[in-house]
Amino acid sequence: MIRRNSDVEADMAEPSAWQERRTFLRGAGAAAAGTIIGGVPFARTVLGAGAPVSAGVPAGAMTEAVLAALPGKKPLIRLSQRPPNYETPVSFFKDVITPNDAFFVRYHLADIPEVALAEWKLKIGGDAVERPAEYDMAALKSGFETVEIVAVCQCSGSRRGLSSPHVQGVEWGYGAMGNARWKGVRLKDVLAKSGVKKEAIEIAFNGADGPVSPKTPDFIKSIPVWKALDENTIVAFEMNGQPLPHWNGFPARIIVPGWTATYWMKHVVSVDAITTPQGGFWMNPAYRIPTGKFPLVDRFLTQETPANTPITEMVVNSLITSVADGQRVPAKRPVEVRGIAWDGGYGINSVEVSTDGGKSWRPATLGEDLGRYSFRPWSLRFTPSKPGSYAVMAKATNRIGATQTLDLNFNPAGYHNNVVQRVNLVAA
Amino acid sequence: MKTLLAAFVLAMLASPALAQDEKVVLKDGPGKDTVENACAACHSLDYIPMNSPFLDHAKWDATVKKMISAFGASIEPAEVQAIVDYLAKNYGG
Repeated sequence: MIRRNSDVEADMAEPSAWQERRTFLRGAGAAAAGTIIGGVPFARTVLGAGAPVSAGVPAGAMTEAVLAALPGKKPLIRLSQRPPNYETPVSFFKDVITPNDAFFVRYHLADIPEVALAEWKLKIGGDAVERPAEYDMAALKSGFETVEIVAVCQCSGSRRGLSSPHVQGVEWGYGAMGNARWKGVRLKDVLAKSGVKKEAIEIAFNGADGPVSPKTPDFIKSIPVWKALDENTIVAFEMNGQPLPHWNGFPARIIVPGWTATYWMKHVVSVDAITTPQGGFWMNPAYRIPTGKFPLVDRFLTQETPANTPITEMVVNSLITSVADGQRVPAKRPVEVRGIAWDGGYGINSVEVSTDGGKSWRPATLGEDLGRYSFRPWSLRFTPSKPGSYAVMAKATNRIGATQTLDLNFNPAGYHNNVVQRVNLVAA
Repeated sequence: MKTLLAAFVLAMLASPALAQDEKVVLKDGPGKDTVENACAACHSLDYIPMNSPFLDHAKWDATVKKMISAFGASIEPAEVQAIVDYLAKNYGG
């Protein structure tokens, strides 16, 4: 049994809750091999430099990033080793569903246990719950109706690295996101079984992962009761027909369609109905946007202040996937411009494409509709009439009329970057 | 066996980062060792070059203080200046 500095400190500082939580979840990982600390296997394959990092990220991130594979994953763009933060290369977004083994990985804290399914339990509690409950996986699956939803999971900080001026954090390019078919049970059904008191204002989630030091705040997040009771909010145990990958929250995570991934608690072990606003670093000051800065519908009023408010729904956005900046194409031959579009769950109404740097726009053809929370593919064919430079841009609009911005709506954490992309093609 | 294990554990305690991470080569300069020990206790050192070169001295100072006040980093007050100076000099902008 390997013990770490933080264990020793924890033993001295807080012998009870901290230790108990860790003991509960460490079994499988700690027993597996000598090169494990806190249950994270460190075998990694690094393929060296040349990672397809998005242009525009800080120079240091560009240099430091490599393509590397976590166990069970394809090589992804590694931005940090510990905690692991791996970005999905844009090439994977040519498909509307992102494969599990290419799905981005994002952790705030480095103590990540490999949760043993036999030991896993989901506790329903909090001061606003009538009947606390505990479910193992079999009870969860048999106790409630199973549902499926295709939904985009996008880190709040996706594209943070493109912020101008640059801001601190994990310097993500375009790929801190993915679209998957999630299967699970409705959170509202699970909560109804336990009875949520009318005094409840938020539903809080905690996961099995935690900090290396007991002095670091654990990652605990809450959402408003109304969002928790939305029929699309689920406790998922499958992703694209498979159990959740370890790095994406095995054995269960919360799916909050439309909202950024900060609320999609991985390795979820507790769901608490609470009568007071959830505190802690990760609710405030983290994951906040200036109040009123973005044209969003969903507000998290029990957490809002005049200055700032929690990030909620994703802004409408799009990504060009079939052509890359600087690419050479033959003149007078058709070019397929393809991509994806998504938003906070209102659904994509249209995508317009410009091939002349924004002077004129044409409607793209929308592809398969997997639901309003999914990536929506789109395409437009154009023929460069003569040799020269063609600035290709794509702009999505959703069903409530929100669209992308041409200039960055700067905010200190680098959230909600939906600036229209510009891809220069050279026809020759 | 027990002795060997104990030695191994002590080695891990002494250098948690080395035990876990692939080597991240930071620029040489005064304060580098202090930075490596302080920062790698909680996270890999690639966070430093990733967040460069756009933080000036004041912003690196704020970052280090945030690591202490918000994240509970075990950094002695006497070490703060050396850490900030190293980061600003080698990874500032």
